[in-house]
Order: sequence, then C-alpha cells, then structure tokens
Amino acid sequence: MGDITFLILKRLGFGLMTLLIVSIVIFFAVELLPGDIAETVLGQAATAETVEAFRNKIGLNRPAFVRYFEWLSGAVTGDFGVSLVTDNPVGNAIAERLSNTLFLATYAAVIAVPVAIFLGILVALLRNTIFDRLTNIATLASISSPEFFVAYILIIYLSVKTGFFPPIANLSGNMSFPELLTRTFLPALTLVLVTTAHMMRMTRAAIINLLAEPYIEMARMKGVSRWKVIVRHTLPNAWAPIITVVALNMAYLITGVVLVEVVFVYPGIGQLLVDAVSKRDFPIVQACCLIFAATFILLNLAADVGAILSNPRLRNPK
Amino acid sequence: MTIDVFVYFAALALMLVLSVVKERRDLKTIWLFLLVGSILLLIFDKAYVVFTMITAAKVLAASMGAAFLFRLTLRHFVPADLVKEVVTLPLTAAFGLLVILITALTGIFAPWIAPFGEAEIVTSSFAPADQIHLLGSDQLGRDMFSRIVYGARNSVGLAFAATCLAFFVGASAGLMAAVKGGWFDQIAGRLADVIMSVPSLIFALLILSIFGTSIFVIILVAAAIYSPRVFRLARAVGRNTVVMEFIEAARLRGEGDWYLIRREILPNTTAPLIAELGLVFCYVFLLIAGLSFLGLGLQPPTADWGSMVRENAALISFGDVTPLIPASAIALLTISINFVVDWMLHRTSGLKE
Repeated sequence: MGDITFLILKRLGFGLMTLLIVSIVIFFAVELLPGDIAETVLGQAATAETVEAFRNKIGLNRPAFVRYFEWLSGAVTGDFGVSLVTDNPVGNAIAERLSNTLFLATYAAVIAVPVAIFLGILVALLRNTIFDRLTNIATLASISSPEFFVAYILIIYLSVKTGFFPPIANLSGNMSFPELLTRTFLPALTLVLVTTAHMMRMTRAAIINLLAEPYIEMARMKGVSRWKVIVRHTLPNAWAPIITVVALNMAYLITGVVLVEVVFVYPGIGQLLVDAVSKRDFPIVQACCLIFAATFILLNLAADVGAILSNPRLRNPK
Repeated sequence: MTIDVFVYFAALALMLVLSVVKERRDLKTIWLFLLVGSILLLIFDKAYVVFTMITAAKVLAASMGAAFLFRLTLRHFVPADLVKEVVTLPLTAAFGLLVILITALTGIFAPWIAPFGEAEIVTSSFAPADQIHLLGSDQLGRDMFSRIVYGARNSVGLAFAATCLAFFVGASAGLMAAVKGGWFDQIAGRLADVIMSVPSLIFALLILSIFGTSIFVIILVAAAIYSPRVFRLARAVGRNTVVMEFIEAARLRGEGDWYLIRREILPNTTAPLIAELGLVFCYVFLLIAGLSFLGLGLQPPTADWGSMVRENAALISFGDVTPLIPASAIALLTISINFVVDWMLHRTSGLKE
C-alpha cells in the first residue's frame, strides 16, 4: 500500500503546484490592466487625488508580490478582500452562493451518474442495433448544442406550455426540501441532459473496447448470459475510464453551471461571477475564478486518483 | 391538421408492416412503441404531445430527404476517386455537410441574401412572422431573418478566425515540440497544462473582465484557450511520425526542422488534425456563443446569434419560440460539424464494426 500512498501524494503535490501557478496567473492578470485598478474603476473623470486616495484605500501602493501573498493567505482562510462596488467582504457574498451552486451541481450529479452508467451499459449491450444508432445521434446532438438552447427548450415545454415546473429558480429562505427540489428541477435537468450524453458515450466506448478481449469470448463460450458478461466480466475492468469520465463531467458541471444559472436566474456563484465581470469588480472575479479553478483541479485530481486505485496497471508507470 | 394525423399513423403502420416483412426486430420494436404510444396519448387526451411528435417527424423527414438529395447531387460534383466515399456517406454526415455548406454560403453572401440591414429598424418590436418579415422582428423591430443571415457572417466568421489562430499556434507548436523535444517540449507542455487546468469559460471571463470585450480580445482569448488542445494532439500524432525511417532519412539529408514539419510530418498527420479542426471549431463557437449570451461577446448592434438569444429571452415566458431561432441555429451548426467529424473519425480509425 505504501506505493499507492506515495503515488497519490505525488499527484496531490502536482495538483497543489498547478493551483499555485493558476493563482499567480489569476492575481497577476489583473496587474496587466492598462493603467491600474484604481484608474479603471474610477474612470477618466477622476482627479489625481481621488485616484491616489483609492490606491491607498485598497493598498495598491505596496509591491505586487506582497499583495499577492496577502491575497493568497487570505484566500486560504476564506477572506477574499473587499468588493470594489459594494465595500462588503467578498467572502460573505460568496459563501452562501457557493453552497447554492454546490447544491445544484450535486442534484444534477446524483441523477446523471447512475442514469448515464446504466444507459451506457444498456447501449453497449444493444450495440449495432437501431437503438444504438439513434442514441448515438441523440447524445451527439445533446453534447454539441449550447446549454442555453437545451434550457430554453425545457422551459418552453415543461414550464410555459404545461406548467409542471417554475421557469425561474429563485430561492427564498423558508422553502421545504421538496419545494426546493421542484424549483431547481429545470436547471438540474439541463445539466443532467448535457452531462449524461457524454458519460453515456464514454461508458459505451469503454465497455465495447473490452468486448474484443479473449477472456470475454471465453466467458461467452462457457454460456454466460449477455447481460452477465457485461456486468460481471467487463464492467470491473471498465471502471477506470468510467470513473475518469465521471470526474471530468463533474468538473464540467462546475463550469456549465455558469450559463445555466444565468438562464434560470439561480442565485449561485456563476451568476455572481458574470455580474462581477460586467461591473469590473475585480476582487469578486478573482475569488470566483480561484474557486472554480480549484474545484476543477480537485476533480481532475480525483479522476487521476480514481483511475490509479481502480487500475493496478497504472500504479507502475513505465 | 387532421390530414397530418392520418398520414402520421398510416406511415407508422406502414413502417411497422415493412419491418415485420423484412424481419428487422429492433426496427419493429421502435415502430410498435411509437404507434401504441401515440394511440394511448390520443386516448388519454394528450393530443398536443402527438402534434409535437408529428412536427418533429416532419422536420426529421425533411432533413433526411434533404440529406439524401444532397448526397445524390454531390456525386456528380466530386472527382472520380471520391465518388465511392460520397455514395457510402451516412445520412447524418451528408446532412452535416449540407448545413455547413449552407451556413458558409449564407455568411459569404449575407448582404445579398438578407432583405434588410442588420441594424435597420423596419417594423414594430416583437412583430409576428409574415410574408415580408419571414421570422418576425426582435425587441427593437429589426428583421429577425436578416439578423440571422448576418449572424452567420459575424458569429461564424469570428469563431472561424479564432479557430484558425488556435490551430496555427497549437499545431505548429505541437509539431515543433515533437520534432525538437527537449526544453521547448517541456516548456510548451507545462504551459498547455496550466491553461487547460482552468475551466475555459472562467478563463475567458477573467481575461474579458480585464481587457474589455473587443473583437481582438475575444479572438485571442478563444485561441489561447483552445490551442493547448490542438498542441497536445499535434504533439502526440507528430511523435508517432517522427520515429519513422523517412524522417531519419530526411534528417540525414540535412533538412531543417521547419522543412520536416511542413513536407514530411504534416502530410502524414492531416486526417486527425482536420477532425480536430472541426471539434475545436465547435468548442470555440460554443464558447463565443456563451460569452455573447452573457452579454460579453460581440457588442450591439452587430447581429450575433448568442446575443440575439439573450435580447429576445423575455419572450420565452409567453411561450414564443423567437429566442429559440438563433439558439437552434447555433445548435444546428455545431451538431452538423459533430456529425461530419464523427464520420471522419470513424472512417480514419478503420472502425467498421
């Protein structure tokens, strides 16, 4: 087991390094502003004194790398500085919205993962039939259409025309859990549709790749049923690519959530980011980007570790 | 409408009989499912679902017919050695090629096709479709059809420019890394890792918040985000080619790196690179459409499919499909490209199953 712990620790180290580099990119990208933050925020009409006062207030007069280390050490403890627009601490604005976004992503994942794996296996079993080809077309279409297209179609058919679900997913404090689930069903379903298609295709491909192996032929020749061949003999060896694609899709959920949140006016972190970008509220933009990037890197890491754990061959890289 | 319903059920029944006669069990299941399902829906008073299905069936039949006709016509316009490819073209790929061709022609000849200017206010806002305004008008009273036509030029052109840049940078860096190896390979590889470890939309939003939304920034950002993808593929494919004997021979002849890339490696890596070109175009196009949808892409009054969805989004709550028109234009193009890429990958990988 010592080997595996070492490998995983090594991957963790790599992940931390990447995150550090990304944080440097995020912080110093803002330094590239033509002029600086103070001039950009205050605009051209501001006098030299007000610009100077603003610089003093947000501490822009100190060297950039000192501010970087302050920002980074603050970020680790959840303190992302103060919003340029509202003067409120960024951490407070983010905390609540982050939990909303995580809720939505989890909601979508809980539905999407089992459905995708089950359907992927089913399609692998039915390969080369008309069902397989129809699913191929349908999943390809669903992967390649933009999220807002899927979202608006769902709104038209499941909300406006039939009234099953509310078209806007605004939240209020005192909602019961079932009501919360109904309210956020359409945004979750949009994410489910977009991610399921991809996971299904990969599950199908992973299983079909293995079906040419001699041990599968052996299992078939000794008279094991088709379903059992796939579930008992193929699936255990297909877990590595499936786990990878599931983790990658979770990472995708985190970013796909931005567009979906805007369509459904859902109070999540993606909407916060988009608002902050148009208001040029840099502390919020930086904080949101760092959180998204960290989640993304973490899930990619999880994909790596999952692959190592489920496939012993990866433990001894050549 | 009643005639449609009769035709629909007659067609389903005919297909069912045909599949039984031809002994296609999988097809039989589908037709039976559709037939029984539709009848049950009618019985339980859910006729609007059946009407939706009829509309979907019409659209499907029309696209399949168009794809079929296109494949028949294309035969006569391609060189003799390509005729076999065209005849065996799957209908999905033929449909994809047709849509790509139409979009390209629309974009190139936009000013001659569009009846009105892209920023011209010609009628009242949100006017319904009629003979003059084929798709109605938008929130300011601009002709929707003209804006869609101009959008084919603006949105697709922008995405195409970004894709070409991403491709040029990524492919030359990737092939260079494969030929040279060493420190260049290491540095470019790590750079690609860092860029790919930030989600693309988030990276684009960060850069756009800093430099503002001008066309050049959008092209540069999209190219920067997707060139690592091209880089990785080009490097992987290139490395497989570099170890071949003919490269060794060229090296011994004293050819330079750039010559090797251009004349020896590139001709042997075209197939996967072209398939990747299609995929990267889709990603770039979806990224830019997403940015425009968020109000951070091409700025008004330029007609752009992504921002047209956003501008007309309010109509959705009245059950009006106007915002879906530009959205479905985006979806149609990306789906078509994916169909073509899917076919190309299938063909080059030699998977015939």
